[in-house]
Amino acid sequence: MKIGVFVCHCGSNIEGTVDTAAVAAAAREFPGVAFATDTMYTCSEPGQEEIVNAIKEHQLDGVVVASCTPRMHEQTFRRTVERAGLNRYLFEMANIREHVSWIGKDREANTNKATELVRMAASKLLHNRPLLSKQFDINKRVLIIGGGVAGIQAALDCAEGGLEVILVEKTTTIGGKMAKLDKTFPTVDCSCCILGPRMVDVAQHPNITLYAYSEIEEVSGYVGNFEVKVKKKATYVDWDKCTGCGICMTKCPSKKATDFFNEGIGKTTAINIPFPQAIPKKAKIDANFCMKLQKGKCGICAKVCPSGCIDFTQQDEFVTEKVGAIVAATGFDLFDWTVYGEYGGGRYPDVITSLQYERMLSASGPTGGHIKRPSDGKEPKNVVFIQCVGSRDKSVGRPYCTGFCCMYTAKQAILTKDHLPEAQTYVFYMDIRATGKNYDEFTRRAMEEYNAKYIRGRVSMIYPKGDSLLVRGADTLMGTQVEVDADLVVLAVGADSSAGAAGLAEKLRISYDSYGFYMEGHPKLKPVETNTAGVYLAGCCQGPKDIPSSVAQGSAAASKVLGLFSKDKLASDPQVSVVDIKRCIGCGKCIKTCPFGAIKEIDFRGMKKAEVIETVCQGCGICTSTCPQGAAQLQHFTDNQILSEVNALCQF
Amino acid sequence: MSVSLTYAYYPGCSSTGTSIEYDMSSRAICAALDITLTDVPNWSCCGSTPAHTVDHTLSSALSARNLCQVASMGLTAAVTPCPSCLSNLKTAQHRMKNDSFREKVSKLLDKPADITVETKSVLQILVEDYGIEKIKAKVTKPLTGLIVAAYYGCIMNRPAEIMNFDDREHPMAMDNIMTALGATVVPFPLKVECCGASFGIPRKDVVMRLSGKLLDTAKEMGAMALVTACPLCQMNLDMRQEQINSANGSKHHMPIFYFTQLMGLAFGLSEKELGIDKLCVNPRSVINALGMEGDSKEKSQ
Repeated sequence: MKIGVFVCHCGSNIEGTVDTAAVAAAAREFPGVAFATDTMYTCSEPGQEEIVNAIKEHQLDGVVVASCTPRMHEQTFRRTVERAGLNRYLFEMANIREHVSWIGKDREANTNKATELVRMAASKLLHNRPLLSKQFDINKRVLIIGGGVAGIQAALDCAEGGLEVILVEKTTTIGGKMAKLDKTFPTVDCSCCILGPRMVDVAQHPNITLYAYSEIEEVSGYVGNFEVKVKKKATYVDWDKCTGCGICMTKCPSKKATDFFNEGIGKTTAINIPFPQAIPKKAKIDANFCMKLQKGKCGICAKVCPSGCIDFTQQDEFVTEKVGAIVAATGFDLFDWTVYGEYGGGRYPDVITSLQYERMLSASGPTGGHIKRPSDGKEPKNVVFIQCVGSRDKSVGRPYCTGFCCMYTAKQAILTKDHLPEAQTYVFYMDIRATGKNYDEFTRRAMEEYNAKYIRGRVSMIYPKGDSLLVRGADTLMGTQVEVDADLVVLAVGADSSAGAAGLAEKLRISYDSYGFYMEGHPKLKPVETNTAGVYLAGCCQGPKDIPSSVAQGSAAASKVLGLFSKDKLASDPQVSVVDIKRCIGCGKCIKTCPFGAIKEIDFRGMKKAEVIETVCQGCGICTSTCPQGAAQLQHFTDNQILSEVNALCQF
Repeated sequence: MSVSLTYAYYPGCSSTGTSIEYDMSSRAICAALDITLTDVPNWSCCGSTPAHTVDHTLSSALSARNLCQVASMGLTAAVTPCPSCLSNLKTAQHRMKNDSFREKVSKLLDKPADITVETKSVLQILVEDYGIEKIKAKVTKPLTGLIVAAYYGCIMNRPAEIMNFDDREHPMAMDNIMTALGATVVPFPLKVECCGASFGIPRKDVVMRLSGKLLDTAKEMGAMALVTACPLCQMNLDMRQEQINSANGSKHHMPIFYFTQLMGLAFGLSEKELGIDKLCVNPRSVINALGMEGDSKEKSQ
């Protein structure tokens, strides 16, 4: 084999602490190396041309590039060698940037380590074999998990693009957090008025199948051919018959059920349709509060329902859907602010969350759009907003900025003044983060036109004083303590990852950060992809973001799915396990250890043998280390290839 | 079978003077609960506020010396009633996690500083190691009818990462003990506010204002007495109560108990061994209201 070695400077990224010319010179002495050089930017067009030309000029049949991580440019260089007529697997990469130049400053030590990494790559390459992909069919249906604004956008864009869409929503209605908002910043337009029509579009689109009050139970398969088991949770109402008339709600005698949609402001009935614009507009019984389900007595809803849809015996149901791509749009949850003992930890009824305040402001909310103190129903005069509750606070394990609280607090200060012209608003803030289009102008309007008093500083304590609450904090601009007599305190609670985020990530085999937010493929260049092929992200599941960004990501994810499905067949990854039938003794250990069920037992001339299902194999390599005979070999990472790397490294 | 609890006991200087009743009552209730307290031999002052304001290393060396004394007793846990002593012990331990700092301290001690001893407050061992339920079981004279506000002060729980006890902003340890004793506890909002601490000497006006606010709020909430766990807090609120009254024009007459004293009363211990007579604001009317005095009269008759 004639190997060419290209050692990249990466500008000064590598050359700064690695003598690349010396690495190239050393590489010329390695077995099989026929050509070696150092280049300024190997990934640039002239850099790639140099590789192509060298392959032709020196009749190379394998290439090593020593540069950055394979995650960055392995695909790039595989295409380069392919252009020059080589098989893409006759290429190896040595990571001398992330693993060498960026982590050490000793030039001599770095040069030695880089040389050894190149030696390993070259010796593995000597054992590489050309590998060819197979083509397989794609199921051009897409599953979207989460019916908030991001999921709705992705669903509608995919459906408009002609795809069959399965939309799965955990609660009984789509709309997500946006449906709970009264108005949106910076335009102060009615949230439900702009979202409502999109929700109706979802309901009416012929390409969209909506499973509300459902959750993902199991995901198997791979890009192009996923199989998803969906759990349709029992609602005790036959939704095929329910017309959403709401008579049941007017008659239900159990009126103390938790009102999840209204964030616990007020109570609701055990049988309930969360809000007038709900999609689907179907009733559900909260079993914890239903007298019939709890005590076996009542059943009034069943008597009054004109369509006879109440079914107290209903059980969870499971359906299986086959799809080719999945978009996770599972949103966020509010940070549990009760850890803040200094804000009362939930003991004071007049300290509420921003989302509870939204429900109070909303005309269809529990107070009919009137701002009332939960404790006594009085209109507040002084309303204090506290920002960064569960954001930018290491002491509660949330060092990140939620990003949208500054804006909604300004909006709520404006709306407070609209509802109660006599009221005075105060906003305790750390910094104002208003970086979107027309955002800073908006926060200024809150201060200048709506007379919100912005105080830069944290609140150290809230405690009851007579009828009202005393809010004590620092004014760091004035260098003084401030005390405000507040009738109502609204906490700008930050965003946490969704409660079930980690569990779903395990099912989808995607990664998440330490806060539970899903990891994108690349923070800049792959914002809606994940590292699992065929699984995409949209909205706050990837990190807190406002409505415009969530919608943009919904559309971006949809365009990725449409792009994937624009091909009729996908190429399989040939880096899968293969069982050498001559060595296999049919012990079946690999079948037991394979986490993907990708190995089956076959009968070969009366003998038991194992066989890998290529399209299911994920190339994890567990079978290769399980097999007592070395019969299962992961292509491109065979025992011989790995041992040759070890031998190259452990020469002395 | 439960293993009896044994601790090295570090009284702290206040316990020998201004807060002798805290020391007496702590020892008395521990004895009643079969908790063994063994005095740290030849213990020295923790250095209090003056030491750590002047020099961190010297201040830590004072605490490290006492910790070494504890280790020499063969005990692994030390307990002190005073939050200020505890804060110094714990801060020294925290700083000594840094190797170079620990070396400096060891040099001052002429021996390696100990890093194995666990330090806790009397309040902490009662709720964490002994348990509220067991305390409740020991009550023979419930404090029914007594309405108290539990006041923890600034440093019993803070900084949270060093003190590592209860909620830093809304502690409940004393509240829960008082409830277990049968008392009614008001939701006192200023339970971790500052009393003015050692400003009593250089800037008395600060203590008048801050401690005054504590008394005002406790009274507004309907408390008959304040319960404390800190010698300095207790002194500011109790001994200076008349000064506070004259500075603020208030007319407080609010007994300021150590929580250990009330525990002792509920366990049926004598007022004498709890040092009730050491309090400045006379608690007689409050104690009488509990009907305890009546009990003792009946006995004497």
